[in-house]
Parts: sequence; structure tokens; C-alpha cells
Amino acid sequence: MDSSEDLAIESTSNHEAYAMQPADLYAMDLGNLMVFDPRASFSSPAECLEKARELIQALSDKLYELPATVDKVGRLVTLPPPTTRLPREKPLPKPRPPTKWEQFAQKKGIKKRKRSKLEYDDQTDEWRRRHGYKRVNDENQIPWIEARDTDEPGVDPFEKLKSDKKERVAKQEKNQLSNLKAAAKKGGKGALPSTLQLAATSLPITGSKTPTKRMNKDEIGFAAGLASTATASGGKFDKKLPGEKAPKQTGKHRKFLPVVGSKGQSSKEKEQLGNVLSKVLAKYNHDILDVGKAVSKYNVEEEGKRAQENKKAGGKGLRKFSGKDRSAKKGGLFNKKSGGSRAGGGSGGKSGGSKKPLGTKSAGSFKGKAGGGSAKRK
Amino acid sequence: MLRIVKPKTKRAKRMLEKRAPKVDENVKRLMLLQGTKSSSLIKNVISDLYHLKKAGGAAVKFSRKNDNVRPFEGGGETSLEFLSAKTDCSLFAFGTHSKKRPNNLVIGRMYDHHVLDMIELGVDKYQSIAQLGGGRKAAPQEGSKPCFAFLGDAFESKPELAHLKEMLLDFFRGEEVETINVGGLDRVFVCAAAGDKVYLRHCGIELKKSDESKFPRVELVEVGPCFDISIRRSRKPSEDLRREAMKMPLKTAKKKVKNVKGDSLQGKIGKIYMPKQEVEGMALAKMKGLKRERRQAAAAKAAAAADTPAKEGDGSVVAEETPTQKKARL
Repeated sequence: MDSSEDLAIESTSNHEAYAMQPADLYAMDLGNLMVFDPRASFSSPAECLEKARELIQALSDKLYELPATVDKVGRLVTLPPPTTRLPREKPLPKPRPPTKWEQFAQKKGIKKRKRSKLEYDDQTDEWRRRHGYKRVNDENQIPWIEARDTDEPGVDPFEKLKSDKKERVAKQEKNQLSNLKAAAKKGGKGALPSTLQLAATSLPITGSKTPTKRMNKDEIGFAAGLASTATASGGKFDKKLPGEKAPKQTGKHRKFLPVVGSKGQSSKEKEQLGNVLSKVLAKYNHDILDVGKAVSKYNVEEEGKRAQENKKAGGKGLRKFSGKDRSAKKGGLFNKKSGGSRAGGGSGGKSGGSKKPLGTKSAGSFKGKAGGGSAKRK
Repeated sequence: MLRIVKPKTKRAKRMLEKRAPKVDENVKRLMLLQGTKSSSLIKNVISDLYHLKKAGGAAVKFSRKNDNVRPFEGGGETSLEFLSAKTDCSLFAFGTHSKKRPNNLVIGRMYDHHVLDMIELGVDKYQSIAQLGGGRKAAPQEGSKPCFAFLGDAFESKPELAHLKEMLLDFFRGEEVETINVGGLDRVFVCAAAGDKVYLRHCGIELKKSDESKFPRVELVEVGPCFDISIRRSRKPSEDLRREAMKMPLKTAKKKVKNVKGDSLQGKIGKIYMPKQEVEGMALAKMKGLKRERRQAAAAKAAAAADTPAKEGDGSVVAEETPTQKKARL
């Protein structure tokens, strides 16, 4: 009964705070438009209404005495704050815990400084927004990028800008998540902003790189059913948890194919057995000598040896130019080094070597030169 | 593995913001339910309570029977708490009717979507809004702020009645306001304690011209609903939960309002900054006096006058009202 006493004490303490009426000792809470008469006595409900009228009259008179402004709609009275304290509906909002950056900035004494929204753009001779649509130095609006000595060949700077931006966004998202996680850990659920929630994603399977799909309700039910029957007794003697339902999909752990084939088709089971047999036989294939195959194998080996000797003697294989020159796409204003030509020459050497080892020596070298030349000219 | 879930639409975001804990809270919303068995009386009570609170969307009425709501039994409030979280209501009224407890009405409050306290009331006598005709002329406006009149010292001495008093105030007081139109006072809840019974009357206020004083005379007209109530069971808030719920926000200094001053004599005074008016470039009707020859002649005349010493005087008065600062009464 402690709380009840508490209530009683509170009401009396409120009583003291009420303004006293000169004629009667009514307890008034003008902020809540409440009036309380502990002394009232009555014998019937009709009489109590008459008493209540007096109380309300006193309240109304008191209200008319308060400072007021007269408006078109009537007399607007300024009410004092309510004296009866009532419990809140929800807990007080918690302040957001500082992010990692804010902590760091505070430690280092870094202060936010205000920057103007507009900035002067030299290229267009205009005042433009610092951020957002039509901003100063918008990366998406650059028509060209000048090449530099430090540029890596074969890298599209436009693509690089895009990928860098993506990386920055991903990094920011990661930081945001870690900040929210820290906030939730420190201050509980209420510490997160009201519009955000942290939800669990399904766990990744160890060893696999592909992210797992989120299981839907049926799939979870199915998995739970399988797990509950995965005992020696098939889940027969397991104790059920309160509220646990029977597994959704039971039975059928194996599936057998029909023995007899359908119309126009041989039996699937027969096919499967045949596959198994051929696999087993293939494993022990080397025990069986096929003369024809052995001869052809010997011939191929000999040919290979001869080709190698030829190569050592100085014959380089056919060269072919097969590189794509990417600098052509952007009009050659960036990336003046034509990395494509070098790559093309190299690959040509590799692919040509084994194909035509004999008699095309000079032709091959000529082709290679020609290919390189044309790439340079581009 | 965690991921951030954001609302997908702006509307959903606004909804979440509306439901978030705030320093200055909105009006407590009431949800009305009934059990598996309820009498026509208790149904009327519920629909009348809904009628009283529905203005501004402050009440939600469920029409289906609720089997698993048993407020005073262990675990019987989970359903209530779920519905409270779903509809964002922190007050509830649950009506049932049984042989043991005929015409039973459980009213209660929630804190953070958990039951804070409850009172079980037996409705012995009831007159609905329809029966009393809604007071006709004296019918209060929907959603107006009510007055409260409590009579009898039992509201102070008896803890359960003190509890009921606080609960009734919390149920019907509506929005917390700073100013009120005195002529707009049009309803009052009269609660009178007589022995074990409580008379609860909802009355309309009629303001009439008074002969005795300069303030109007108040007349009360019963508009319904009117109850005769007896208190059955009740559950007080646990002490720590109540302490938690009674926490007050720290009072922050009011943000300084620029360019507005208060004056006891003149009232509210605002300052307006006007941009400099460019009179030179204005397109005006051309006048003879402004022609070049005449201007030159006037300038020559002024130069002649400047030889004689200029009068001193009214410079300070002009400096008082610069063209950029003009006072305006709001």
C-alpha cells in the first residue's frame, strides 16, 4: 500500500499549492480547470449537482479575474500551469549518443564552422550551390579529364570517379551502422532515432561468399520441422515446448524414381544406374589397352617435341594484334599512353606460338609490327 | 549481422515521428474494448465514452469481442499491451458483463505501452447521451476542454478514490493549454463521493447574465453520460514505475525571439527591417520644377544662401527614425 499512501500525500501536497478562494476553501487547479471541495456534503445526486454548480461558479469567477486579452472570438484567459501532476505516456526522449567522429572532434577540439550555401564557380562564372543539384564542380558534369603522367594505363578515369563515389557512400553507410550499433548497445532501444531500427539479417553460411537469402516464414517452418524430427526416434519422444506446433512438413526424406519408364522414354532409374556404371568403368580405364589410341597419342607427343625444338631454334610463333584501344572512345584527350598496343602485342605472341610453328616466321613478325604501328597511330 | 531499416515512405516516417517519445506529449489516446460477454448497458457506456473522446482522433473503438483480455489476471494484459502499441493508445476502457461482476468496466493507463494502473468499476445506474437527449441546447462542442468538479472528502482520504480522481482527470482533461476562451467553457464532469458510491455526471454549462455580479451565472444541464459507480478491484502502479512515469523534463531556457518586445503598456511590439527605398530610380510623373534649368537655378540660389551661416537644430530628431528601422504595432 505504499503507492496508495504516496498518492494521498501527493494530493495533499497539491492541495497546499492551490490558490485559496476568499469565501470558500475550494482546492483549485486552474491549469486543469479542476475544482475540488472536500467539505461538500449532500444527500442525493440532485443536491450534488447544485453543489457542483457553486463550485463551477467559483471556478468561472476565478477565470474571469485572470489576465486576459479580448479577441474577436471572446475573452482569452492565460491559464497558470497545472498543479496536479499526472504520469507521462512515454519515457522522456533520450539524447542521441555522440558518434565516433563527434567524440574524436571533441577530443581534438574541432569545432563545426558554418559555411555559406553558395560558392562561386570559376568555370561558369556563377554563384552555385555547394552541395546537391547544379553544384559547384559537379563530377557528373565534367566533359573531360586531362591526362597526367601518373595515370595508370587502362584505367578509365570516369569510371574511377564513379567507383570512388560508390566507395565513399558505402564507407559512410558502414560508419552509420556502427554508430547506431554502439548507440543501441549503450542506451538501449530508445537511444536510436525514432525513424530507424536495427534488424537482424540472416547469418552467412561459413565458407561461402554468396550472401544468404532471407528465409521466409514457410522456409523457417520447414527447417524447424526437419530439425525437430532429426533425432533417433524421429522426434517421437522429445518434450514439446509450450505452444510448439506439430512440424509443418514431415516424412519424405528420400525420393525413389519409378522402375518402369514412361512411353517413348527409357526408365530413369536405368539411366541413373548406367551413369554410375560408366563412371566406375572410366576409373579403371587404364587397364584396358587400346592400340589405335596408343599410336595416335605417341604421334601427338612426337609432334609436340618437334615444335619445341623449332621454337628454341629462334622461330617465334604467329603474332596477332588483338587488343582493344580504349583511348579511342574518349577522343584521346586523356590517357595518351596507349597501353592497349602493348597488351595486344603480348597476347598475340602467346596465342600465335603454338598454332603455326612452321614456315610463317617472317610473316608473323611482320604482322606483329603492323599491329603495333596501327595502335600507336590511334 | 545487423542492417538499418528505414521507413520506405515519407508518410510512414511522419507516423513514426508522431509516435516517438516527446518532451511535450500529445493528448493521451483511449482505446475501447469489450470482452466475450457484455450487456447492452456496457456497450452503451463504451460507445458514449468513444463519443466523448473521439474528437481529434483521440479514441479507437474495437468492435470485436476480446477473448484473451483479462486485465487483472497474470498474462491477461499482453493482448492489451500489443493493441496499445499498435494503435498508440495509452488509456484503455474494457467492458464486460458476468454474473459475478455485472456491468463491469475496467479503466486503466499505460506507460510506454505497459499497464501502469487499473481500476475496475461496477456501473450500477447509467443514463446515456441518447437517453438524456444530449442536453440539446446545452450540448457541449466536440473536443472542448472540460472542467472538473470533485465533491466529498473521500477523494482525499480514501486512496482508491484519490486514484480514481487522478485517473478521471487523466482520461478526460484533453490538451494542456496556455490560454482558453472563457466563453467557450461548455462542459463539466461532476464527481461526487457518497459512501462507497461515486456519482459521475457529465453536464453542459450555460452562461447566463448575472444580477449580483459582473461575471456571468453558471447553470449546469445534464447531457450524459451519467453513471452511478462502485469501485471493485484496482491495481496501483508499482513505485519505481510510477517514479519513472512522473519524471519531468528539464526546463530549457526559452529560445530568444528576435525583434519582438513585450511592453506592459503597449503590449506586443515588433520591429520590421525595411530595405532602403530607391527613390532615385523611381518612374515618376515629370514635373516642371524638376527640369534641369530650374534645378540649376535652384542650386545657384542655395549656394548663395549657403554663404550666410546655416541654422542649427533639428538634426537629432531626424536621426531617431532612420529609414531602415520602423516600429510597427502588432
